[in-house]
Order: sequence, then C-alpha cells, then structure tokens
Amino acid sequence: MSVQGKLTLLCDAKTDGSFLVHHFLSFYLKANCKVCLVALIQSFSHYNIVGQKLGVSLTAARERGQLVVLEGLKSGVDVFFRPREEPHPLQFLREANAGDLQPLYAFVRDALQPVDSGEAAWRCPVLLVDDLSVLLSLGVGPVAVLDFVHYCRATVCQEWKGNVVCLVHDSGDTEDEESDVLLNGLSHQSHLILRAEGLATGFCKDVHGQLRILWRRPLQPTTHRDRSLTYQYKIQDKSVSFFAKGMSPAVL
Amino acid sequence: MLESLLAVGGLMLLRDSVEWEGRSLLKALVKKSALRGEQVHVLGCEVSEEEFREGFDSNINSRLVYHDLFRDPLSWSKPGKALPGGPLEALRALDKRTVSGPATIALDSLSWLLHHLPCPTLCQTLHALSRQDSCPGDTPPGEQVRVLGLLHEELHGPGPLGALSSLAQTEVTLSGMMGQASAQILCRRPRQRPTHQTQWFSILPDFSLELQAEPPLESQPRSDPHTPSVDPTTHLTFNLHLSKKEREAKDSLTLPFQFSSEKQQALLRPGLGQATSHIFYEPDAYDDLDQEDPDDDLDV
Repeated sequence: MSVQGKLTLLCDAKTDGSFLVHHFLSFYLKANCKVCLVALIQSFSHYNIVGQKLGVSLTAARERGQLVVLEGLKSGVDVFFRPREEPHPLQFLREANAGDLQPLYAFVRDALQPVDSGEAAWRCPVLLVDDLSVLLSLGVGPVAVLDFVHYCRATVCQEWKGNVVCLVHDSGDTEDEESDVLLNGLSHQSHLILRAEGLATGFCKDVHGQLRILWRRPLQPTTHRDRSLTYQYKIQDKSVSFFAKGMSPAVL
Repeated sequence: MLESLLAVGGLMLLRDSVEWEGRSLLKALVKKSALRGEQVHVLGCEVSEEEFREGFDSNINSRLVYHDLFRDPLSWSKPGKALPGGPLEALRALDKRTVSGPATIALDSLSWLLHHLPCPTLCQTLHALSRQDSCPGDTPPGEQVRVLGLLHEELHGPGPLGALSSLAQTEVTLSGMMGQASAQILCRRPRQRPTHQTQWFSILPDFSLELQAEPPLESQPRSDPHTPSVDPTTHLTFNLHLSKKEREAKDSLTLPFQFSSEKQQALLRPGLGQATSHIFYEPDAYDDLDQEDPDDDLDV
C-alpha cells in the first residue's frame, strides 16, 4: 500500500456517492488495516449487507477488533440517557450551542491508537466518515467540522501515517453558504478528491454518473491537466464498472 | 514584477482557490527570501512542518523557523503539544521575534487565522506585525518586515476579504488557463496609483519561480497521453469488420446510381442484348378486365 498519510475527500453532487464509501470500507478491510467507521447516516447492518456483496464481513471484522464502528443513529439517542459526566462522542447533540467536536475526535483517537500488544499488528489506521454534511444539519458549524478533520489529519495521517476518507455533499446551486465553506475548506486540506456527479442530461439507466478524480497534493508542480481524470460509471450488484466518457457499452 | 514583489515591505496577500493553489508560490517566495539572507518565520496552521519543509534544501531549511500551529492548535491533546496562548499569542509573538534585521513572515494560512480569530483582532495584529504604524520613510529598506499571507478566497465573505485587502500593500490573485498558472498582481504604494499586472509563471520542483510568456489564445486539441485510446468496436454483438474478400467485392461493386461510362453506353444503345421484361398475369374470378380507357369520357 503505497498511499499513506493522505486525506481523500469523497464528494457527490446531484447523485449518491455512498458507493465510494462502501468501496473504501471493503478495500481497507481486505488490506488488513485497522478501520474506524463513523457511520452517521446508515445503520451498521446496512454497511454489513453491502460489505458482504463486496466480499467482507463487517461483523467478523468487528469481532476480531479490526473494525470500530460509531453508529450515529443508535448512539445518538444514548446521549440523552447517559449520565452527564461521561463524555460521549456525539456530545454536541446535547449542547444548546453545538460547540466543537473534540469528544468525537477523542473517540477516533482512542479507536485507532496503535497498541503495542503481542498480537499481529494491523496495517496503517484508517478513518472513514459517512458523512460530514449531516453534522451541519445537526447544528455544528462548518469551522468546527473543519477543525475536527484537521485534528484527524494531524493525528491519523501525519503522526500515525494512516489515511482518512470523508464523504461530503455538494449542495450545488442551492445557496448554502455553510455547505460551501465546508466543501471548499475540505478541498483545500485534501490530497485527493473523488467527485461523483450526476450526468448533466439527467438520470440514465446505463450510465449512473461521472467520476472526477483530482490530485491536489503533494505539491509536485505539474500541469492542471495531469492532475485530473474523468470517468463515467455504472453501479452493478457487486461491483462498479468504469469507462471513458461516451464509451459505455450500452451506447455504442 | 513577480520578481520584485519582495522588494517592498508590508502585507502581501496570496489569494488562491481549490483549483489554483497558492502554497507552492508561497514556498517559492519563502525560498527567495531565505536565499537573500533574511530570517524567515513561518506560522504553520494547515500543514505539518515536515510537509512545509519538503522540497527545500538544507541551506534554506536552516534559515526557516517553523512555528507549529498544526499539531495541536486548540489544545485538544493531552499532554498538550500546543503553542502557549493559542493562535493569537503565537501571532503576536512573531512581532517580538523580528525586531532586528529584515525579515519575512509567512502565514499559512490567513484563512485558518480568520476562522479562529475575530476579524478586527486579526487585522489589528497584522497591522502591527507589518510595521505599518511607522512611516515608510523611518524604516530603512534593509529593516523592513514582509508579511506573506495565504488566503483561500472561497472560504470567506466579502467583509473579511475587503478588510484584509485594504490592509495589504500587494495582492496576488492566482488563476490560470489550460494548465498554465497566472498571477494578477495589484500593488499599492503610498501617494501613487495602484498598479495592475498579470504574470504567467510556473514553479519548478525545487520551488524556484520561472516566469513565462502568455500562452496563445487558441486552444489546441490535445490528445491526452494518459488516457489509452479505447476501441469502440471491441464489445459489440455484431461484426463491423470486413475480411479481405469482402473488401475486394465491395470495392469492385458498381453503384446503381453512379453514372459511369459503361452505363452511358448501355443507355445510348437500347435493346441491344437487353431482354425486355415480361409480366405474366392470371386474372382472378372477381377481376373486371375492361379494355376501354377509363379516361375517355373526360372532356379534357
């Protein structure tokens, strides 16, 4: 695994980019990495079912300690029933003014901390967040989310040479200032941006969308053209097929 | 003009965007300052010290002092690795460090500082830092302090951007076209008119600045060497190829409506060797065979 210490930003516009999250989850589990999944959108069983189609068992991974999951939908409710002294990763749900995401960062740090134990160590730690845009809807400010990602980058990427993968939604034409600040701020922090876009002409049965790949860092000064690629894709039951623009087998 | 940017003191804003990043230009200017023998202080908020120093040789790295606000800017870690006093104190401390001699302070980035400090406080601190309260005539050019601030344009509203812009002596806005980066430079000198200039440039891997001429306006269609050319006929369910025999037969075929010399001769000699066509008709029981011309009773 040559790519280490990188922040990959997954972004979707007018389409659903969650297939990328499932891909990276199964990819890193198969690569024997220690994975922390902050799942704020779907339940654990959803990721498990999709993971099985892609060839990994999340339940087994969790049991052997390779996978740590924060199930936002379930544990979000716990915040209100736990005694106040115990900090909860989603503590901000309880605050009147959603402050910062330090408890969530502490959870990630504790989950991925390299442990010096006798057993075989996992490969580099990986943090997957699905997704960051929902935090804005829950009342967290964009700067607080950017700070959380900053700290994850400093600890997981820089210190432990692991990877961070986050999904964020592009609000597009709707003038959502907070969402734009979050997306642009994350783009500036990222090494690699994968942008799934719906086709400009609308929904199509055979071409589900377009994927733009943009490398931003490290700063090897190269021309803009060398740094980005575009493919179109179709999502199938157990895989995704990619092809060059206009070259879908269905339209030839 | 890009070369002479460092001749003037004061605040210089490097305005970049997601598409045209400005950190490499910031590093190129830092390298230039270091090579001139100046002290360079970098307040690093967005990238680690390791990443910022990457690409610089040891000569430059020895002149560069990195103040690390990246690892723990908000004191979340225990034990704390933060700079004491947080971002504001770290910024103010730079003022005291550059007391003697010409110096360059690089702020990477002003956007981060703007997100974490109130805008008026930041502006006041920048004003003090770039020695703008003393008249330009008092400080000899050799003692000037330059402050280079990297600013990500899309992250801020017009208010803070306008406030920083009014503080700056120089503004460099990064953009580009067709893979070539350009800098729009706006210089404000006291008692002079602001000057605009556009400079095309590129940054070499060792972070030296290379000025370039403006690229030609017509866009050449470029075949992308990285994308392998895809043959569209590979996955079809029908055959689009011709064998050699088929190709020969196709080439020797005379088209029915093509007026060749043979056709012309055949038309000029009718009936020669041409069999006329016959129609064989078996009338049904219901057919009414009337030999008269149906148009006879017309009075035309």
